[in-house]
Amino acid sequence: MYLYLSIEDWLRSLKDQFYLNFIDDDRYMYIVKGLGVTLEVTFFAVLLGIALGILVAIIRSTYDKIGKEALDDWKNYSRGNKSLRNIWKGFLTWSLWFWDQICRLYLTVIRGTPVVIQLMIAYFIIFASSNNKVLIAILAFGINSGAYVAEIVRSGIMSIDNGQFEAGRSLGFNYIQTMAYIIIPQAFKNILPALANEFIVLIKETSVSGYVGLQDMTKGGDIIRSRTYSAFMPLIAVAAIYLIIVMFFSKLVTMLERRLRNSER
Amino acid sequence: MNDNVLIRVNDLKKHYNNGAIKALDGISTTISKGEVVVVIGPSGSGKSTFLRSLNLLEKPTGGTIEFEGQDITSSKTDINKLRMKMGMVFQHFNLFPHLSILENMTIAPRKLLKMSKADAEAEAKRLLDKVALGDRANAYPSQLSGGQKQRIAIVRALCMKPDVLLFDEPTSALDPEMVGEVLDVMKDLARDGMTMVVVTHEMGFAKEVGTRVIFMDGGQIIEEGTPDEIFDNPSNERLRTFLAKVL
Repeated sequence: MYLYLSIEDWLRSLKDQFYLNFIDDDRYMYIVKGLGVTLEVTFFAVLLGIALGILVAIIRSTYDKIGKEALDDWKNYSRGNKSLRNIWKGFLTWSLWFWDQICRLYLTVIRGTPVVIQLMIAYFIIFASSNNKVLIAILAFGINSGAYVAEIVRSGIMSIDNGQFEAGRSLGFNYIQTMAYIIIPQAFKNILPALANEFIVLIKETSVSGYVGLQDMTKGGDIIRSRTYSAFMPLIAVAAIYLIIVMFFSKLVTMLERRLRNSER
Repeated sequence: MNDNVLIRVNDLKKHYNNGAIKALDGISTTISKGEVVVVIGPSGSGKSTFLRSLNLLEKPTGGTIEFEGQDITSSKTDINKLRMKMGMVFQHFNLFPHLSILENMTIAPRKLLKMSKADAEAEAKRLLDKVALGDRANAYPSQLSGGQKQRIAIVRALCMKPDVLLFDEPTSALDPEMVGEVLDVMKDLARDGMTMVVVTHEMGFAKEVGTRVIFMDGGQIIEEGTPDEIFDNPSNERLRTFLAKVL
C-alpha cells in the first residue's frame, strides 16, 4: 500500500494498466475484433428482424382489418357455395387465419422467453450440427428482434385513423395500394423512434453472445480481464464503446425524425 | 327502364347480431343522373350506413345495389373499379396528412388512371382555382382550416372524374362560419349537373339545392319527395316531429 500517492504515481500506474490490458500481447485486438463481430451480428440481425417483423405485422393487421370479417362472411354466406371462385376465397381466408395463428404463436414464444435462452437453444439444440457461431447468432437475434419489430409495426399500422383507410379505398385503391401509399408511410413516421430504439436495444443485447462462445466485444473485454486479472480497464473500455455507438445512432435518428417532420410543415 | 338511372337500390339490408339490430331494413330507391338527393333523418336512423353502403364501405347483409347496370354486391364485381367512379366526401375530411394538397389530389389519378404527372397536376390546379385555393397547392393539410380541408376533399374526389359524389355529413365537423364556403362549392357542383347523394343536417341546403329529399328513420325510408313536398306539406307524423325539432 502507498502511504501517499502522488499524481505522477497515479498516472504511471494508469499507464502501466493501459499497457498491460491493451498494448501488451496486442490485447486490444480482442476488443477490435469483438467490435467487428458485434456490429456484424447486429447489422444482419436488424435486417432479418425488420423483414420478419414487417411480414408478421402485415399478416396480423391484414387479418385484423379484413380477415376476421371475411371469415365470418365465408362461414355465414359462402360455405355452401361450391363455385370455384368461392372455394378459392375460402382457401385464402383460411390460409390467412392459419398464418395469423402461426404469427401469434411466434410472438408469444419469442417475447415470453429470454433472448439468451433462445440463443442457447439455437446453438446447442437446433443448429447443434453447425459451428458457424456468427450465423447462428444472427438468426437467433434476428428472429428475436422480429417479434418486437412486428408489434411496433403493427401498432403503427393500427394507430392510423380508419378514415385514412376508408379515404384510400373510396378513391378506388385496393387493400395493398392503400397500405403502400397511404397507411405505411404515415405509420413509418410514427414508429421510427420505437424502431430505432429496438435497434439500439439489439446492439446491447448481442453482448450475451459469449454464452455460446462467440467472441463479440463483451467477450473480448472479458478475455482480457481473465488474462490480466484487472477488470477496470477492459470493462470500462467496452462500456464506453457501446455508449459511443448508441449515442451516435440516437443522434442519427433524431436528425432523421426532424427531417421527416419538416416534410409535413 | 329509365336510361338515366345511375344507382338502383333494391331491398337493401344491414343486420347485426343475426337480425337483432337492423341498421338498414329494406331500402329501395333509384338515383338518376343529375339528381341531388338529400338524405335526412334523426341520428341512428341509418342514413350514413345507407350512404356508405353505396360504395360498399359498409357491406350490406341483404338486397342489391346496381351502379351503372352492375350489381356491386356481387362477388364477381371489381369494386375498386366502380369506386373510382363514385367519389366520397367524409365528415372528417380524411385528407392524407403526409402528402401535400397537390399530391393528395393527384395520387389517385396518377396511380389508378395512369395519368401523367403534368396532366394530373394541371387538372388538380384547375380544380383548386375553382374552389379558390389555387395558392395552397403546395401546403400540407395541417396548415389548412376545416373549411379549406373539406373543399380540398371535394376536389380530391373530383380529380377521379366520378359519375356520382357521396357526401357523408360534409359540414358536421366544421365551425359554423366555415359551413357556408363548403355548401357554396357543393351548390356550384349541383349547378354543373353533378349527381350527388348528400347526408346532411343542413335543411337550408336540402331545400335550396336538393332535387329530392329522402327522410329515413329506423333503417327505413319513411318519406321521399321533392323538397317542397317534404318541408312544406309533411304528411308523415314522424317526419313532422323531426322537422319540428330541426327547423
